[in-house]
Amino acid sequence: MLLHELTASKVRERITKREVTAQEVVEELLEWINLKEPLIKTYLCLDEDGALSKAKEIDEKLSNGNKVGLLAGVPIAIKDNMCTAGVKTTCASKILENFIPPYDAFVVKRIKDEDAIIIGKTNLDEFAMGSSTENSAFQITRNPWDIDCIPGGSSGGSAAAVSADMAFMALGSDTGGSVRQPASFCGDVGLKPTYGRVSRYGLIAFASSLDQIGPITKDVLDTALLLQVISGHDNFDSTCAALDVPNYISDIDRLDDVLKIGVPREFFGEGLNTEIKSALMDALKIYEANGAKLVDLSLPHCEYAVATYYIIATAEASSNLARYDGVRYGHRSRLSSDSNIVDMYSQTRAEGFGNEVKRRILLGNYALSTGYYEAYYLKASKVRNLIKNDFEDAFKKVDCIICPTCPTPAFKIGERVTEPLEMYLSDIYTIPANLAGIPGISIPCGFTSAGLPIGMQILGKYFDERKLLKMAKLFENETDFHLKRPKLNQQV
Amino acid sequence: MDIGLKEIEYIANLSRIALTDEEKKTFKKQLANILDYIKKLNELDTDTVEPMAYATDLKNVFRKEELTPSLSRQKILNLSPSNVNGFFKVPKVIE
Repeated sequence: MLLHELTASKVRERITKREVTAQEVVEELLEWINLKEPLIKTYLCLDEDGALSKAKEIDEKLSNGNKVGLLAGVPIAIKDNMCTAGVKTTCASKILENFIPPYDAFVVKRIKDEDAIIIGKTNLDEFAMGSSTENSAFQITRNPWDIDCIPGGSSGGSAAAVSADMAFMALGSDTGGSVRQPASFCGDVGLKPTYGRVSRYGLIAFASSLDQIGPITKDVLDTALLLQVISGHDNFDSTCAALDVPNYISDIDRLDDVLKIGVPREFFGEGLNTEIKSALMDALKIYEANGAKLVDLSLPHCEYAVATYYIIATAEASSNLARYDGVRYGHRSRLSSDSNIVDMYSQTRAEGFGNEVKRRILLGNYALSTGYYEAYYLKASKVRNLIKNDFEDAFKKVDCIICPTCPTPAFKIGERVTEPLEMYLSDIYTIPANLAGIPGISIPCGFTSAGLPIGMQILGKYFDERKLLKMAKLFENETDFHLKRPKLNQQV
Repeated sequence: MDIGLKEIEYIANLSRIALTDEEKKTFKKQLANILDYIKKLNELDTDTVEPMAYATDLKNVFRKEELTPSLSRQKILNLSPSNVNGFFKVPKVIE
């Protein structure tokens, strides 16, 4: 096995046992990235020098016999909407094209403190708004399993990088499915933690009541490891929970009780691809064979989740993105230097934002504007409560819920770009968890006849990530879907 | 759901985004489609439902008022497209 093919946990073990140096790992990985990047286009920025010097620093620590962190020597990719001090952070937007943050996001600081190596910043839909990464202002990322397909989004660069072994693990952010959906399309493990589990400080805001940062990795153990590092309280995010962080890694292979798994009817009905449905049915049989009980469930308000989401998320976005005004940082229009300030704002934003971002700001401001607030924003906030109640009722009866991550496998590049609504509907199974704030994990559970990965989603109770990881690990121990890698033998 | 050009212009102005005529037409059509879909919410009777803004129970967070280090003024100003004498520089605000 080549070095870059190892999981993060394995590569860390080899580095700390001094079987290989961190520098060798980084050099081998960079060689592979430089070979495959022209094909997949996952990275917006590679920090080769930074990565190599950090690797040397860790090797030195090890040769001096010093203690090293939980992620010692592991090269990690970061979605380019998380601030990295001194390294460009663009949100895949022209408005932040040259923005170099003066500080690290909380999660970035955490992984650095644990001796991880940041290898680069990955592509995304502009401001994380999208489901295919095609809304990036800079490049189209391809799905490593089929280069004519999208990798999913908005964390498409992170998901593609992990799947193509171009990063050992990655961070994504999930507002309506942006970690789980691309993880599912690329055959990775992806977890959206409970709202408030991970600090959002330094995550460039899209919809503040929905955004959560989460790991994208090659297997469940690596997700547990990365979640362990990034979880916990932070004074700089007042919505971050002041709760103790359990140990996600110890006993991950042990499930004590007989588990009750909820199977929500509404997630298996019309619109679900038949190959995905049958992969999920097979997966449920594996749980049954391991002693779990399946419970038929209804989540009656989830069919309203997409409509609710596109009011709440756009309303919050229209307010969050008001800060891009060409004054304090980012792009300023050159057209308007002599004109009045409103023209300067309007031109700056017209030049800096792409179409999807403009569309969502317009929709959000519409939903919040006088005369419409009650019909749209208030209505959606109430339906959001009904969706949350659906889950709370369900979790009185079951320990977790299993459903598909997405209704279809990865779709073709260009297929849905002209119909925004159709694109929105690809997140139909992931959005409810963001609205309710509960955690969800996507793990590989099969392949379509065309060879595209299929993802299974496990949803859990608030702050019960530990159970989700154990459930996911049980499935992984019984199957080998997570071990399959894309061939990547196409030429550019 | 119909949404007029005037309305598009109104929200574009609220949003401080300059739109071309072509963009106005496209967004008008696309927003109408999306709003049509969103109408689905009216199927639900929500008269007695409380609105929800955040998923988890949030309490006001207090902390001691203590001085902690922060970024220097110059470091922040260096990020701006235009600054002068320690201030951000913008086009004329008042005639």
